[in-house]
Amino acid sequence: MTAEPSETYTDPAAAVLRRAQALVADYGTAPVKAWKDKNPGALAVGHLPIYTPRALLEAIGVLPVAIYGAGDKDIIRGDSYFQSYICHIPRSTIELGLTGMLDSLDGMIFPAICDVIRNLSGMWQMLFPQKWAAYLDLPQNFRPEVGGRFYQLELKRMARELHARGAKALTDEGLRAAIKDENRRRVALDKLAALRRDASWRVPASEAYLVTRAGGAISAREHAALVEEYVAAADMRTGQPKDNVRVVLVGSFCEQPPFGLIKSLERAGCDIISDDLQLGLDYLEGMIDEAGSPLDALVAAFLHKGKATASRYIGEGTKGAALLAQVKRAKADGVIFAAASFCDPALLDQPMLEAACEGAGVPFTSFKYAENTGQFQVIREQAGAFSDAVRLWESAA
Amino acid sequence: MSLVTIGSKPNKGGVAATEGSTVTVPVTKDASQQRQKRMIANHFDRLSTAKEDGKKVAYTFVPGNLTELMGAFEMLPVLPEINALQSGMRGKSGAYISEAERGGHSEDVCSYVKCDIGMLRTGNVGPTGKTLPKPDLLLLSYTGCFTFMKWFELLKAEYDCPVVMLHVPYQADGQITPEMRQYVVDQLKSDVIPQMEQITGRKLDLDKLSEQLGRSRRAEDALVKVWESAQNKPSPIDGYFGGVYYIGPIFSAFRGSEDAVAYYEELLAEVDERIKTGEGPMTPAGVMNNQKYRLVVEGPPSWTHFNEFWNMFSNEGAIAVASTYTRVGGLYDQGFRHDPQDPLGTLADYCLGCYTNRSLPSRIDLLEKYIKSYSADGFLINSVKSCNSFSAGQLMILRELEKRTGVPGAFVESDLVDPRYFGKANIENRLQSYLQMLEARRLGNIASSGSSPAVIGSAP
Repeated sequence: MTAEPSETYTDPAAAVLRRAQALVADYGTAPVKAWKDKNPGALAVGHLPIYTPRALLEAIGVLPVAIYGAGDKDIIRGDSYFQSYICHIPRSTIELGLTGMLDSLDGMIFPAICDVIRNLSGMWQMLFPQKWAAYLDLPQNFRPEVGGRFYQLELKRMARELHARGAKALTDEGLRAAIKDENRRRVALDKLAALRRDASWRVPASEAYLVTRAGGAISAREHAALVEEYVAAADMRTGQPKDNVRVVLVGSFCEQPPFGLIKSLERAGCDIISDDLQLGLDYLEGMIDEAGSPLDALVAAFLHKGKATASRYIGEGTKGAALLAQVKRAKADGVIFAAASFCDPALLDQPMLEAACEGAGVPFTSFKYAENTGQFQVIREQAGAFSDAVRLWESAA
Repeated sequence: MSLVTIGSKPNKGGVAATEGSTVTVPVTKDASQQRQKRMIANHFDRLSTAKEDGKKVAYTFVPGNLTELMGAFEMLPVLPEINALQSGMRGKSGAYISEAERGGHSEDVCSYVKCDIGMLRTGNVGPTGKTLPKPDLLLLSYTGCFTFMKWFELLKAEYDCPVVMLHVPYQADGQITPEMRQYVVDQLKSDVIPQMEQITGRKLDLDKLSEQLGRSRRAEDALVKVWESAQNKPSPIDGYFGGVYYIGPIFSAFRGSEDAVAYYEELLAEVDERIKTGEGPMTPAGVMNNQKYRLVVEGPPSWTHFNEFWNMFSNEGAIAVASTYTRVGGLYDQGFRHDPQDPLGTLADYCLGCYTNRSLPSRIDLLEKYIKSYSADGFLINSVKSCNSFSAGQLMILRELEKRTGVPGAFVESDLVDPRYFGKANIENRLQSYLQMLEARRLGNIASSGSSPAVIGSAP
């Protein structure tokens, strides 16, 4: 993945963008190595999308490492494990594992997102028996005394198993400190989101994506600092608003679109004001409570502040209401549904979300991609036509 | 002897019509089959008058179904998966799927869901030709399949009724922990039962539930003996194609009923009789006594071409001695029985233990066990595009089973109810080549060790 600085070398954000670029290069292996060198004997654990409570891992001295597949890397061995009608991220993740790219990791967490990632957890157990592997069954019952209780026991189990492999024991003190760092990241990401809403021409989505993704293999505290630095630098940029349409991008929460695809949407005249890319780092709406039992607070944050996304059961309220609220908050002109091919959660969700948009008069368009999609021209043309149509529609209204 | 068809297609004077071919065969319909047919017809009759009769209707799923609990509340279940597969067998699913795709549903996702949505949008007429009643409750048992959750979110938008979720944790490490069990029991107490009480206006009668569970146990005992009868040579049953009929009552509306007990006891008596006489099971091509190849099958059948697929096996003398699809609604042959003494705990154990709720390593262990205990010559994986719960990881299952057992596997691809994904010639060629290879191995022309597994299909 490469990010092109949006302006010249005098861009105030150029330096922080270069650092972010280095952090995501080679699937985040460099920061993991640097962290392990600095913390001999400490563990690093990978986690697949979407949500993993990274604060819990940091509390026991484990570096959480977000794994988003292998992008456009050639897949040779991974393909032999999956039929053609299964999405790309499991095969590229296996490819990374089998080619040694994940050797620096001491374990992997597979959070509940879909049947493919779930089954991948079992495959991982068999392919890498010497490494720790855990399926994290995120509760779909959101009563604290029911789903919350179960989730808390799941978290304790993970902490206990990692402790047996050399991590620190889970303590209230450690978790409280990790939550504080996680909240700092939350504040920084909220500032980034606000700048995107208020001055999108200063924060291209491709940069916001890069800066957010850069947090995948560093601590929350370091990531918060990086995001804060970027926001401050980007806010110093001058320039004028572009005649682009403002869109919300939905459906890309797991397998990530190629970086070039995000750039293509921008070039097609779509300012992505809000999205569900990198949802794992940006899953909670609001802060984790810093008072009381930190484990209770971590659990409560998931139960009550988790974003409405396709892998989370929406039992209360209307399906699509959260998306419409997101559109309103972003002052968006429309929605782009971008789902990975064969992504069950996103594609099964899409008709319901489209219906919500139709009901609210929000224009939308949709397409599919794979993480290794190499040709963006068709998507760019589609997004361009959508952008033109929205502008014409608005001017006619 | 009369000329009838095996399966749900209507009896048309001995013409067993399948999509693409017509076969006329003399087939005897066993008394148990006739009983099952009556049971199903009666159930759909009850559904058609449910509103007039004041009965409440719950839509729910096969894996992790709470039939005894619904029975205790005298609720009538409707199973959208069964409706979808019936639509597939009746040749209607293609049009239903097209209808759903025209409405914005992706070609990439589960065809059961699209078939159900399409059926709903074109009148919701069930397999007996009568309109299905609207649900009073969507009972979302989230067991072994993520898509179930999305399915009922979609249906929630179509019906004005409550949804109650039962989240069943996944057996990721191959075991049911006390925490998982407690979580399911807690949800039954805090969510599912109160919702049923509210809808039906009656309190749960635990004694009534226990009585149902006791009857479930009796039916389960008989079903296990039916499964295990396939260890005989010749096998008196087909454990896959025939097996899907055997699971009909216990996986759907009848577990816990006297009807189910009577059905399974009658079925077992018929199977015992066939063991005594050395007779094989009934197939669309007649009684199958010539059993050349004993296979274990992983994955659901392709319902749109069910008889055609079955004929491919029986024409070659291949019989399925065990299958995993017939365990999606309960793994009774691994020891589980509903326990009337612990009504809620046993419902939790049942939900947690369904086949697709087991980890991939556990599934492989089970298949290995079947291959060995049923003296299988080979195994076939029918990988269906629709079902990632089954399909993701099946290529690893293939290679691991070959490594462990030295028994070669075959791999074919199709779909549940989308007829566009059934390539008859391709599947038939693969199956025939595979069986020829088994024959060659038997004759000693191919080494029988696991060192050089012969694989048909797309496996590496």
